Amino acid sequence: MREGVTSHPGNEGHGRGRAVIALLLGSWIGPASVHAQGPVPSILDPVAQPAQAVLDYGLLLVLVCAVIFVLVMGALVVTVIRFRARAGDGEREPPQVYGSDQLELAWTVAPVLVVIVLGLITAGRIVALQKSEAPAGSLAIRVTGHQWWWELEYPEYGFTTANELHLPVGRVAFLELESQDVIHSFWLPQLSGKTDLIPNRRNTMWIEPHQVGMVVGQCAEYCGTQHANMLLRVFIHEEAEFERWARDQQKEARTLPGTEAGRAIFANTACVNCHTVRGVSEIGRFGPDLTHLMSRTTLAAGAASNDRANLIDWIGNPDHFKPGARMPAMKLDSAQVAQVADYLASLE
Amino acid sequence: MSASLRTDGAREISSPERSGSVLHAWVTTVDHKKLGILYIAAGLLFFVIGGIEAIMMRAQLAQAANTLLEPQEFNRLFTMHGTTMVFLVGMPIVTGFGNYLIPLMIGARDMAFPRLNAWGFWMFLFGGLVLYMSYFASMGLYGAGTAPDVGWFAYSPLAGKAFSRGNATDYWILGILISGFGSISGAINMLTTTLTMRCPGMTMNRLPLFVWMMLVVSFLMLLALPVLTGAQVMLLFDRFLGAHFFDTQAGGDAVLWQHFFWFFGHPEVYILMIPGFAYASEIIPVFSRKVIFGYSFMVAATLAIGLVAVGVWAHHMFTVGMGQGLNIWFAVITMLVGVPTGIKLFNWIATMYGGRIQLRMPMVFCIAFLGQFLIAGLTGILLSGAPLNWQLSDSYFVVAHFHYVLIGGLVFTVFAACYYWFPKMTGRMLSEKIGRWHFWLFFIGFHLTFTTMHVQGVLGMPRRIYTYPAERGWEVWNAISSTGAILQGLGVACFFVAVIVAFRRPAQAGPDPWNAWTLEWSTSSPPPAYNFLSLPEVRSRRPLWDLKHPDDPDWEHE
Amino acid sequence: MSQAPALLLEESPWNRGRVGMACLIFGESTFFCVFVVAYLFYIGKSATGPQPGDVLEFPWLATACLLSSSLSAGLAVSALARSQAVRASLMLAITVGLGSAFIAATAVEWSGLIYGHGLTLGTNLFGTTFYSLVGFHAAHVILGLLMLSLVLALTLAGRVSAEHTERVEMVTWYWHFVDAVWIVVLTTVYVVGV
Repeated sequence: MREGVTSHPGNEGHGRGRAVIALLLGSWIGPASVHAQGPVPSILDPVAQPAQAVLDYGLLLVLVCAVIFVLVMGALVVTVIRFRARAGDGEREPPQVYGSDQLELAWTVAPVLVVIVLGLITAGRIVALQKSEAPAGSLAIRVTGHQWWWELEYPEYGFTTANELHLPVGRVAFLELESQDVIHSFWLPQLSGKTDLIPNRRNTMWIEPHQVGMVVGQCAEYCGTQHANMLLRVFIHEEAEFERWARDQQKEARTLPGTEAGRAIFANTACVNCHTVRGVSEIGRFGPDLTHLMSRTTLAAGAASNDRANLIDWIGNPDHFKPGARMPAMKLDSAQVAQVADYLASLE
Repeated sequence: MSASLRTDGAREISSPERSGSVLHAWVTTVDHKKLGILYIAAGLLFFVIGGIEAIMMRAQLAQAANTLLEPQEFNRLFTMHGTTMVFLVGMPIVTGFGNYLIPLMIGARDMAFPRLNAWGFWMFLFGGLVLYMSYFASMGLYGAGTAPDVGWFAYSPLAGKAFSRGNATDYWILGILISGFGSISGAINMLTTTLTMRCPGMTMNRLPLFVWMMLVVSFLMLLALPVLTGAQVMLLFDRFLGAHFFDTQAGGDAVLWQHFFWFFGHPEVYILMIPGFAYASEIIPVFSRKVIFGYSFMVAATLAIGLVAVGVWAHHMFTVGMGQGLNIWFAVITMLVGVPTGIKLFNWIATMYGGRIQLRMPMVFCIAFLGQFLIAGLTGILLSGAPLNWQLSDSYFVVAHFHYVLIGGLVFTVFAACYYWFPKMTGRMLSEKIGRWHFWLFFIGFHLTFTTMHVQGVLGMPRRIYTYPAERGWEVWNAISSTGAILQGLGVACFFVAVIVAFRRPAQAGPDPWNAWTLEWSTSSPPPAYNFLSLPEVRSRRPLWDLKHPDDPDWEHE
Repeated sequence: MSQAPALLLEESPWNRGRVGMACLIFGESTFFCVFVVAYLFYIGKSATGPQPGDVLEFPWLATACLLSSSLSAGLAVSALARSQAVRASLMLAITVGLGSAFIAATAVEWSGLIYGHGLTLGTNLFGTTFYSLVGFHAAHVILGLLMLSLVLALTLAGRVSAEHTERVEMVTWYWHFVDAVWIVVLTTVYVVGV
């Protein structure tokens, strides 16, 4: 499930271009990063509605603007070249032209007509794309923004996860967006435009994916220190695969043999004040639900990949991946950290 | 050249003075020209500071997952950069040129309220110093942070006490509040001067376009700045007195702050941009050797922009979840701004058409402005389409767009204005040779930095992130952007070199080095304290043209 | 060449004093608008009491004082224009007295709200918006009172004569503005808000 979206036209050429530019700008770009390539959250590469409809609308606007650009820039360039002062011009001033009502009328009316047409198209698109009620048969998801992670609740299924959204292909997902603290903005460029998560306010958005794969996005409204590390991943599955994933998420956490020590530390320290592990402790609400932690590919809202080594780093010193993160260092010794990491790494 | 110009108006007696008394003269001055220069100089100083902040941010973003800056340091930098550039660079430079030129252009001896004028300047300067004091003084009770890190827009509840501890945000509020009083007083002064201090013959219909546009700017300042002041007072009440205006935990509304902020913030864009139009409207005719095309339509378009400017604020808020009706309203009204703006662009090109375009530095900067502002306007149309805005808002596309407006539009015209009026202010010409270096470095750097930012935005890069993962495909573009920032810095350095070189050369610009037509060129350079000993007769919009071309004066055509 | 018609702007009724004061009033108005909008926006949104309907009483007396003080301020200016210094002083004194009565009435109202009903700036959204809107208006009244008192003192000292009419008139413009703001505040807080 970790492959990127299957269609990435132009990625290869893009990569070559990168290499050339990297060569030119060698001083800036580290050698390792030249090869790194994951899914690019480009709005030109939509895999869902409404992103596709927005792109089509956007390209229409771009077309209109491109025509205007060519006309006006052409007029400007021709004017500058043709009427630049030359050596033999002499002292006489050119003929003074004070204005022309006909011309003024023309270049007032023409833009007004363009604005009317664009305005009508825009109004139509807004009406078509902005939905405040859930369509019949849609998948309800409740998204809550926190500093600096995403709480994702599937109310129909009765479980909560974090930072990685799973959606079935071909079915409308209807998202309710709220915030626990400050304003965030939910943005997955390949799926939909962004919508803000605002405290005391319920916003909505909808997504209808039409392609299986993984896309990325992130918080798009400045929300404090770690705004940059409030990343999102979305996995789009076939319907059956999605149902299987959801059924797995509904289960309570199991404790594998050999992880009881870590579980005890987890359950008996402040960890449980913020984190829920269903079947162990369900009071924590300030941090992500960890019941099926290892079903997620990243840690700390995308700041690091999710494996035992990173878990140890993260629990021991959250500032390492994410300086300023709200999770405190728990002052455990390294053996305890390893035990907790072992336990968490068993939560599949 | 038919008539020779009167250059009387004896130069100020400049006896060798002790530096103390020179300083004393500048600190205690109420002369609009000295205050204008003080405004511009202070603005340029803050411009350098804000530019250094920008270069530091670009250095951090040049590489993916860079660790040059801490996240908090980066967040402070973009907060200070935005606040500085808007309030401590744009506003004072705009006010400075207005201060210097309005009385000279309308044939007045000074501003309407000279002492209020001085008060306004010092309020601005101390407001700016209060803001920067935060770097040293705002550790506060909690020791939480130094400079403000809530963004120049200070969205609640992030700027509230619960999420912004310590006093950094209070420095932001107070600094801007104080400098805001200065700007409001400046606006009152410019409005009153223009309406009541015009010399005989200078009817409203004959005002130079510069003065007309500054009149609209002053009106917008008076309309918009008190709104920000009011909202900041509310925030201050929230933070210090336990009020709940924007306290979401007690039912306060986070979106109300956004409405207030952008009701100020969008007119603010025009407060910064219309002066750019004003400089271009004076410079383009002179260097095309032609009268401005469609004077009345230029005035009408400016008034229309001023009017529409107050009705478009929520186009900054298409993603907050407004209803369909509001989204449609703000999208369409925003697109309408393109009409009067387009009229201006067409009139400038029509002015150049059929002229003899002299590619001196002021004109070169203005031509670049025209092209760049065209791009800014068109990306503005793209952003006004609400559905596309849902994708592009708060992305690097927006950063590209408004830097095309504020650098491509405003900064380029400010440089044009500097090259154009520097001889009037100092009696010295700025070197064209260094100017070319300045222009090309800045021009290429600007386009490297900001043209590429459109791409980052389309590739899904949000604003205000201090780091990004390598695999996003943004790094190349960011590296190009950062390289451009260095070139821009070098370009600006060339400008200061040109200024220094100019002061090492003799003052021989003369009263009218550009063979121009408005009243400020009828007095000596620099003008005497009382501006004019005698004024030419004002019978048209170009009194000096009438003087130089008695055979074909303007008033026969107006 | 024919003589261009000279514009005698100094003699136009819109000289710089008036235009400047008009601009100041315009700027102040937009400042008040923000607080009025905030008040209107938060009507009925307080999570806890007290609510405006429970504690506010229509301030008849204060309103009568403030509105009539505009009249006496206007009479003071016209008396000054006719060089009737004593009458001008009397009218100014009445204006200051009525304005002070308004402030006193506000003080009584506030002390009742604070000590009687426990309503402060931090109690709820009503308290927040009420005290800031009414408070900023009261602050402007006090500023106006200070200016008027200064004029009164100078008049009593014989330092104000008919030639200063216009400057005194500008002070009364400010006073009329404060009065007009009160009508808006009154409508917002005591009519629409309860």
